Amino acid sequence: MTSAKTAKNSKTRSAPDTATLERMLYYLKLTREAEARIEQVLYRQGKIVGGVYIGRGQEAIGVGSALQLIEGDVVLPSHRDFSSFLIRGFSLADVFANWMARADTPTRGRDNTLHIGDLKLGVIPIISPLGGTCPVACGVALVLKWRKQGNVALVHLGEGTTSVGQVHEAMNMAGVMKLPVIFIVNNNGYAFSTPVEKQFPIKNLSARGPAYGMPGKTIDGNDVLVVYRAVGEAVARARRGKGPSFLECKTFRMTGHSAHDAAEYVPARLLHAWAKKDPILRLEEHLLSKRVMTRQQIDDLDHRIRKEIDAAVADAEARPLPKGKTALEGVYCEADCWWGESRIQDSEFGSQESGVRSQESKKEEPKPTV
Amino acid sequence: MPLLTYLEAIRQGIWEEMERDPSVFLLGEDIGILGGAFKVTAGMLGKFGAERVIDTPISESAIVGAAIGAALMGMRPVAEMQFMDFIACGFDQIVNMAAKMHYRWGPAVPIVIRGPSGAGVHGGPYHSQSNEMWFVHTPGLKVVLPATAYDAKGLIKSAIRDDNPVIFYEHKFLYRRIKEEVPESDYVVPLGKAAVRREGNDVAVITYGAMVWTALEAAEQLEKEGISLEVVDLRTLLPYDEEAVLGSVRKCNKVILLHEDTRTGGMAGELAALIGERAFEFLDGPIVRITAPDTPVPYSPPLEEYYLPNARKVIEAARKLAKY
Repeated sequence: MTSAKTAKNSKTRSAPDTATLERMLYYLKLTREAEARIEQVLYRQGKIVGGVYIGRGQEAIGVGSALQLIEGDVVLPSHRDFSSFLIRGFSLADVFANWMARADTPTRGRDNTLHIGDLKLGVIPIISPLGGTCPVACGVALVLKWRKQGNVALVHLGEGTTSVGQVHEAMNMAGVMKLPVIFIVNNNGYAFSTPVEKQFPIKNLSARGPAYGMPGKTIDGNDVLVVYRAVGEAVARARRGKGPSFLECKTFRMTGHSAHDAAEYVPARLLHAWAKKDPILRLEEHLLSKRVMTRQQIDDLDHRIRKEIDAAVADAEARPLPKGKTALEGVYCEADCWWGESRIQDSEFGSQESGVRSQESKKEEPKPTV
Repeated sequence: MPLLTYLEAIRQGIWEEMERDPSVFLLGEDIGILGGAFKVTAGMLGKFGAERVIDTPISESAIVGAAIGAALMGMRPVAEMQFMDFIACGFDQIVNMAAKMHYRWGPAVPIVIRGPSGAGVHGGPYHSQSNEMWFVHTPGLKVVLPATAYDAKGLIKSAIRDDNPVIFYEHKFLYRRIKEEVPESDYVVPLGKAAVRREGNDVAVITYGAMVWTALEAAEQLEKEGISLEVVDLRTLLPYDEEAVLGSVRKCNKVILLHEDTRTGGMAGELAALIGERAFEFLDGPIVRITAPDTPVPYSPPLEEYYLPNARKVIEAARKLAKY
């Protein structure tokens, strides 16, 4: 765990260095290409079944925010934040394997899409009833606050999800309890077929921040440097004990809601307009103009990424599907936990022998009371 | 040994777990300064401090969700629903977030959600419900309902130590009405195990919660008439003690399934199916259910009296079944 000194007193990381800029481009492109492989190839080939949700065009939000995280921080990404998982350390092969319902995956075939998590990596996934991770993020932040290590929680949600009641409960709780949690809204214009005009009566969701006792900001969600800076400021505030923040990142959903949604309700002119503001093109232009990278280096990067994805897909495809009967395992967390290692999280406060404590106490057999 | 009420036993159980394990903490509405609407958590704020006894806003979804988040970070939260009727406001967090999390991606969710439930106190539709079956129908949860003060302390301790989400129903009618010797020691009562409250031979009554006392009252009367009732207290509804149920049926050959909850979709239906599947040859009479009718809990005393099962209804049914 990072020491308190490093976490709390670190400078606001607003101006990324060269290494960070290159990482940004790498993750933006890796995410774009990996998701294209999922939606346009594997799904169409029938190698992925069920729902497919990707975040094309919205990659700057996951990348810009996750690169501000340090060890001990926790992120609760949305289904449009593939990059957050990769930046935190999930292997690409594991993610592809989960998409392809294999047994050896972070969910062992029990859940699909990006419903994957790992407490060691500090990632907690969504559930399909969106908004549920907001209260969970408050509980995470509460513990992070107690530990006084300057760590924070980031929770991502779509603009449609901001209409859900428990999101408001969470924001209110975060505000009144001054929790180190940052609410990051991906406003991509549509919640399935529902445009923002039908979702809420205000123009900028940043107005909601002060209503819950925290700063609210609306930013260009397609500029990874803007996202990076804004999240950096919010995170620095939280690390200093100043409480939560609310960030609305404006972007656009460049695909359907899911792979099987043709999204004919989206006017083509909007897609054309937003294509010009593509986050990857913008960062490339920036890096080229500042001579941080050359065109050749960018092309090499594209090539390396394709190879990396090829290898990850091959790795994932080679893994077997789970055996049917294993569906019965692991409903409860017991001492002989089906997940293998003990999944009882260590607490700085409590004993680490969870699960065996009940054997320490005397068990008095109850007597009939009559 | 001290005599404690059912409520005091719960308080002592929580208190002991708070002392024993610093990762245990409490959150809920009015639990700190007030000590809880029923005073279950009285004195705890003073003893354990505001970080471990948290007065929350009125936000059942956030209370449960925050408990889950804290549990993922290694804590053992005990969240209170001021009345279990209000658990519906946190339903999504319980059934979709907590119940399925371990199955889906592995972490333990060691939370307890506890609160007062049950009728008989003129509470009306929103302060009297028995909604346990919503959660018995949700794989991944455990559902516990103590009927005695001894069990209340032992079961709350087990629930807190369990690494799964446990829904802990305290029957408010029993809070101050029953008193019993409760050891001051650190003992636990295991989850998932029923208890035979009274041994008998003629008719088995399988029940839980406040109805255990109703069954015992009926048993006293029936003994004078030469009918011997066996009373089984399930204590945990999920996972429930199948062997205890089947054992009593095989022994008595006649069974009454009794609960305060409404009829359709109540635990009696589940038990009737189990008995039909696994103890059919042992039955010498039809399976009998005594439950509340399929209505909300009414307020006016004659309505509530009509609604609730009572000793008289059990006695009448047992007499009839004994003659079959």
